[in-house]
Formats: sequence, C-alpha cells, structure tokens
Amino acid sequence: MHHVVVEQWSRGSSPLHALDARAKLGALLGFLIAISTTPPLAQAAFAAYAGVLFSALVAARLPLGAMFRRAALVLPFAATFALITWWSGDGARALALAEKSFLSGLAALLLIATTPMTQLLRALDSLGMPRPLVLVIQFLYRYLFVISEQAQHMRLASRCRQGPSAGRRSRFRAAAGAVGVLFARSWERADGIYQAMLARGFTGRFPAFAPARFRIRDGAFLVAVTAISVAIRVSL
Amino acid sequence: MKPVLKVRGLRYRYPDGTQALDGVDFHLDQGECVALLGANGSGKTTFVLHLNGLLEGEGSVEVCGIPVTRATHAQVRAKVGLVFQDSDEQLFMPTVLEDVAFGPANQGLSPQDAAARARVVLEQVGMSSALHKAPYHLSSGEKRRVALAGVLAMQPEVLVLDEPTTSLDPPGRRELVKLLGDLPQAKVLVTHDTELARVLATRAVFFERGRVAAEGPVDELIRRFDWSSEVQKSAE
Amino acid sequence: MHIPDGFLSPPVWATLDVAAVPAVALMARGARQEIEERRIPLLGVMGAFVFAAQMINFPVGLGTSGHLVGGTLLAITLGPAAASIVMTAIIVLQAFIFQDGGIVTLGANVVNMAVVGVLAGYLPYRLVSGAGARRDGDNPTSTRWRSSAIFLGGVLSVLASACLALAELLISGVPMPRRMLWVSLGLFLVSALIEGVITLAAVGAIERLNPLWVRSPKDSGSRALGVVAIAAVLLVVAGVVGASAAPDGVWSLAAQLGMSAQPPSWLHAPLAGYQVRNFESTWVRKASAGIAGLLMTYAICALAGRAMAARALTTRAGVRQRSA
Repeated sequence: MHHVVVEQWSRGSSPLHALDARAKLGALLGFLIAISTTPPLAQAAFAAYAGVLFSALVAARLPLGAMFRRAALVLPFAATFALITWWSGDGARALALAEKSFLSGLAALLLIATTPMTQLLRALDSLGMPRPLVLVIQFLYRYLFVISEQAQHMRLASRCRQGPSAGRRSRFRAAAGAVGVLFARSWERADGIYQAMLARGFTGRFPAFAPARFRIRDGAFLVAVTAISVAIRVSL
Repeated sequence: MKPVLKVRGLRYRYPDGTQALDGVDFHLDQGECVALLGANGSGKTTFVLHLNGLLEGEGSVEVCGIPVTRATHAQVRAKVGLVFQDSDEQLFMPTVLEDVAFGPANQGLSPQDAAARARVVLEQVGMSSALHKAPYHLSSGEKRRVALAGVLAMQPEVLVLDEPTTSLDPPGRRELVKLLGDLPQAKVLVTHDTELARVLATRAVFFERGRVAAEGPVDELIRRFDWSSEVQKSAE
Repeated sequence: MHIPDGFLSPPVWATLDVAAVPAVALMARGARQEIEERRIPLLGVMGAFVFAAQMINFPVGLGTSGHLVGGTLLAITLGPAAASIVMTAIIVLQAFIFQDGGIVTLGANVVNMAVVGVLAGYLPYRLVSGAGARRDGDNPTSTRWRSSAIFLGGVLSVLASACLALAELLISGVPMPRRMLWVSLGLFLVSALIEGVITLAAVGAIERLNPLWVRSPKDSGSRALGVVAIAAVLLVVAGVVGASAAPDGVWSLAAQLGMSAQPPSWLHAPLAGYQVRNFESTWVRKASAGIAGLLMTYAICALAGRAMAARALTTRAGVRQRSA
C-alpha cells in the first residue's frame, strides 16, 4: 500500500488528529518502551496493549483492516527470528517477539496516520532535534516520491529497451548508468531548487517553524497514555 | 512612464566559454507585457536570470531604478518575481501553504503573518482548497498556479515567467492565461507559445544567439521569423 | 539490517539511543562546510536519490539482484559528515513512514548505519586519496588504488554496520544457533561485496558525467574528524566484542535493574550453556581477528596513499629538472 494513502489519512480529522504532535510522540515513546520491556510470558499485557491500540484506531476514525494489513508488513523480519526462537525451544519468547514487533509497528503507524509530516517535523524540531537534520528530512520527504517515480520510469524504460538476451554484464552496467543519471538529475534539481529559493529572498537561514501551542488536553493525553502503559507493564 | 526594467549592453559568458549573451538592451514599462521569443539556447532564460541577480554579467541591469548588484539582491528580488519553468523545483516546501509563505517569511513577516498573506494569494489564484496538500499531488496546472502564488505573495512589481504554459492541458492553459491577464504587474513572458504571446503581450523581442535580433508587435515578429505554432501535414 | 522494535533489550537500545544523540549532534555541527544551510536542499534531494536508487536492480548472478545501500557513495560525493546526516534522515523516515526499523531502536540503527557504516566506508577512500593518490588519469596504479579504496569502502561500510547489528541482537539475547550465525555472516559478506562492486560502478558512472561531483578528500572534513571516526569505529567494535564475551554479565545487570527480560531458557540449560561458553571464546577470537584485519586494511590504505604522494612529488621534481 502506497504511502499516499497513509498521507491522506493523516489529513483527516478526529480527536487524535487534533492533538499536538509532541504529545503523541511522547505517548508513543512511552508505549513502545513499555512494550519493549514486557516479559515474554505476560500475554495479558500484550492483549491489553492491543486493546489500547484498537480503541485509539477507532477514536482516530481510521480503517481497521487497512491499518492492520499495513502494520503486518513488519512481520516477515520478525517471523524469521520468531521461528528460530521457536526451534530453539522457547515458544513463549517466539510469540512475544512477533507480538512486540506487530504492536510496535501498529503504534508507529498510528502516529503517522494521524499526524501530517509538517507537524511531526515541527514537533521534532521543538523537542531538540538538530535543525539541519530536521530540514534535511523535510526536503527528503518532499522529493522522495518525485525521484522514486523518476527511478521507476527509468527502470521501465530500460526494461523495454533491453533485448531478452541482454547479458548480466550489460544489464549491470546499465543499472550503474541509471544510478549515475538519477544522481545527475537529482543534483541538478537541487541546483534549481537553490535558485528558486534565492529568487524568493532566501538569505542563508531558513525561516523558523511556527510555534504550536501545547494545550492542557495534549498534556492530559500524554499523561493518560503513559499512565496506562506503565499500569499494563507493571501489573500484567 | 518610468521603466521598471532597464538593461543596457548585457553580456554573459558561461564558465565553459560560450558567450550566452552578447550585448542585450531591453526595457519594460509599468503595466507592459513583453514576450521573449527565440530558439532554444538563444539566451532567453539566461537573460531573465540576470533580472533578479541570479546571474551576474557585464553591462547594467536596473530594476525600478535600482542597479542590480550583490548589495541590492534582497530589494531586487522583492520587486522581480520569477516563475521558473520547472514547478517541481520551485515548490520545494512540503505543503502548498508553507511554500507560498516562504517568500513573505524571508521578507521578515512572522510565521503567522506570512501564512495569512499566503492564504490571501492562494485565494486569488484559486488554490484555496489545496492549502495542506503536498505539491506531489497537484497537476501541472495547479503547480503552476501555486508557483505563481508563491511569487505574488512577495508583492512584486514585475512578473517574469519562463515557459508558463509548458505541459499544461488546454483547460489549465486557458485558466493561466486568464489569471495572468487579470494581474496588473508588468510582465515578461519567455515562451514558445505564440498564442499566449498574441493574447497577452503588447510587444515581442526576438532573441537569436545571445542578441536581440528584432523588436516589435507580436504578430509582425511571428510572421517575420516564421514563428507560428500552426502546423500542416506535408504535401504528398 | 534495520532492527525493528521488540528485538533489542533495554540496556542495549538505551545505550545506543544515548550514544546516537551526541554522535548526530557532532555530525550536524562538525564539518560546517558540508552542512551549511544552503546545502540542505542538496542533502535532502540526495537522500531522496538514495531511496530511489535503492530500487534499481543490479544483476549479480544466480538470478538474484543486489541493490545499492549508498552510505559510501554519499560519503564520497557529499563528505562524511553530510553523508551521516543524510543517512540519519533516511533511517528516521524509514522508521516512521515505512516501519522499516523501530523507533525505540532508532539510536541503534543510526549508530550502525549512519555513523559507523558511513565512516567505515569513507576511511579507505580518505586514507588513499587524501594522502595524494589523486584522480590521475595518467597513472594507472594510483587509479587502481583509488578504485580499490572505493570498493573496500563499500564492503566495510556494509560489513561494519551488519556485524554491529548482529552483535547488538546477540547481546540482547536473541537466540542464534551457531549455524545460523555463520550463515548470517556469510550473507553479510556477500552483501558487502555486492555493495563494494555497485558503489564502484555507480561512482564511476557519476564521475563520467561530471568529475566535480566526486570530491577530492582534501576539501572535505578536518583531520580531527578522521581521527574521531577511527576512534569511534574501534571503540564501538571493541566494546561490542567485550560485551559479547560476557552476555551473562549484561543479563544479570538487566535483571538487577528490574527490567523485564529474564534470560532466555536456552541460556540456562546445562548443555546449551556449555555450548554457549565454548562458542563465546571462538567468537571472541574470531572477532579479534576481524578487528586486527580491519586495522591492517586501514594501515595498508594509509601507507599506499603516502607512497603515492611520495611518487607524485618525485615525478614532479624529475619533470621540473628535465625542463629546467
């Protein structure tokens, strides 16, 4: 499923969408740490975490089936290790690995599906992430799909052009050439972007992000989720 | 009428040695619209890049009486709004609103004021419904309109547009022409689209190998240089 | 190689999260020239390029395709600090948008791939080219050394980050039968060699389009950064080896801190325990051999670079004498 869909979800409206991204990030972190440190045998805890996520999904008015399917993409990696652990004789831990992976992935996906990238970046910036890094992420995100699409077109074009008997060597060289061309176009695109920035008055420093207000309801959400995570972790 | 643009004896040589501009004189009066015609590589785009100081050549360039020098770049770029050929390079922020607010923010407006001005201008170009969309999701025509908005938000006195109707579908093209016609600023249109030139421009300048080969009414130059866009199937 | 959430134990991910913060801050601030604000659009776009380039298939035989990872390529074209920031940006986006790699484990993935991976990949190139083996078309030996350095960079970058990730998983108690371990290491070596070949081919293609895009290391990074890089790689690898030699210690520490993970049952079983201890000593020996090999490699690169520089000086002097 293309990220385009998730991006659309992030622009929806719901109580979760309206929360400050910093609160959601903090809540996510607490939740993930709780999951991460849960002992393998505490199956009740995993069920409780799943319950919390389920209610959050409903509150966020997100399509459950699509979200689960998207979160399930983390399972292949987890499945390999889970199987090995199973064969080593520790079934409980194997199951726990798979559950932890899935629940963590779903929680992260929930954040992205309720928070537009701009807000997320603003939150990361105000939480202390170095500005150059935040800005690089911003530009990366902006051009990620544009350049990926370019690469897709190049792949398609080269497949159409190559004869069925094209040797491995020539296909390898073609691939290297494609990377070179993609690099060149990207670098030139960056030059164009810089010119466009200058043309609109860029003086060397990027304008600051507009500050967002952290309201009581955001704080309440953060405290509530953290408390619930701790409660589940400690008691179940 | 005070000329908003005055260029005398402009010469420019590329780093690799080619003489891109070889003594160009140009003037633009308030409210005028001039079309720059000429073959690819004749120097049209190179020329317009001198109008806001992105390129520096020999000769003199004056914008509203201000000579274009390194010290006056900020002022000049506030007066000359350049809409580039590649909208993807011009719309470099993650969302439409942020992009259009970039110019005003660089002019010293607070994030809130810049956003407010951006909203007004986006309303003007008919893109209010796309405030939080990523440029990736816009059509060519929509991107062009947003790029124009980004420039208008800086309240320039001159608009310079490089191939504004490239890759626009007929409805998009019509909309853009109507939009441009309604704008009071003096305009320079670099274009191969002779219909656009005919409808909007009062005067045309024909570039040939870095020089102005001729200047005059649009129709006359089109006829003289056989520059019509009309095509015919060759005789059997 | 992106470690998802749920696999690392708290001491491991916490340590790495803490370690990643100053590392990233250092990269973002050090080498100012590489990261000035006017270059930020370039860095972002290059990050998008790497994402996209990772989709391009390189046929490597046996019906499989390899893909570019990109750390070494970025380091050679943008400089090591910039490459580090770009890789960090890529890893952050991969974690949030594609759930490729965890969020709690961001520190680990960043240290593995964006710090160690990039620096390990850049060092051979810097050591060989920096000391004087320039892009010298007339001198086939120096070109060959340069190409070898680029290839080696690609290999070491993947190898270092993969082995580090593996070590982190082992310390966290993720069970790995001996056979699986060797298979993993074998796979890492293959991926590393592929990355070396692909990086070399890609750099060549880029250079042919515009030689200016591939930096001469003279204009990148301070010597201090180079020293820090080597120190970082050595410290991390040494620490990992030390810790993996005593996982029991790490486990008991975790238990004492009251954190969840009870040591997995297989560690308790008597026979399994004996096997583990046995394996441990071989692992330490093999790891030490690995580190020694790494050090020797870097030393050879440095010496080669110096030899090239000396030769270049004498040739120039000889030419000058002849023309005088």
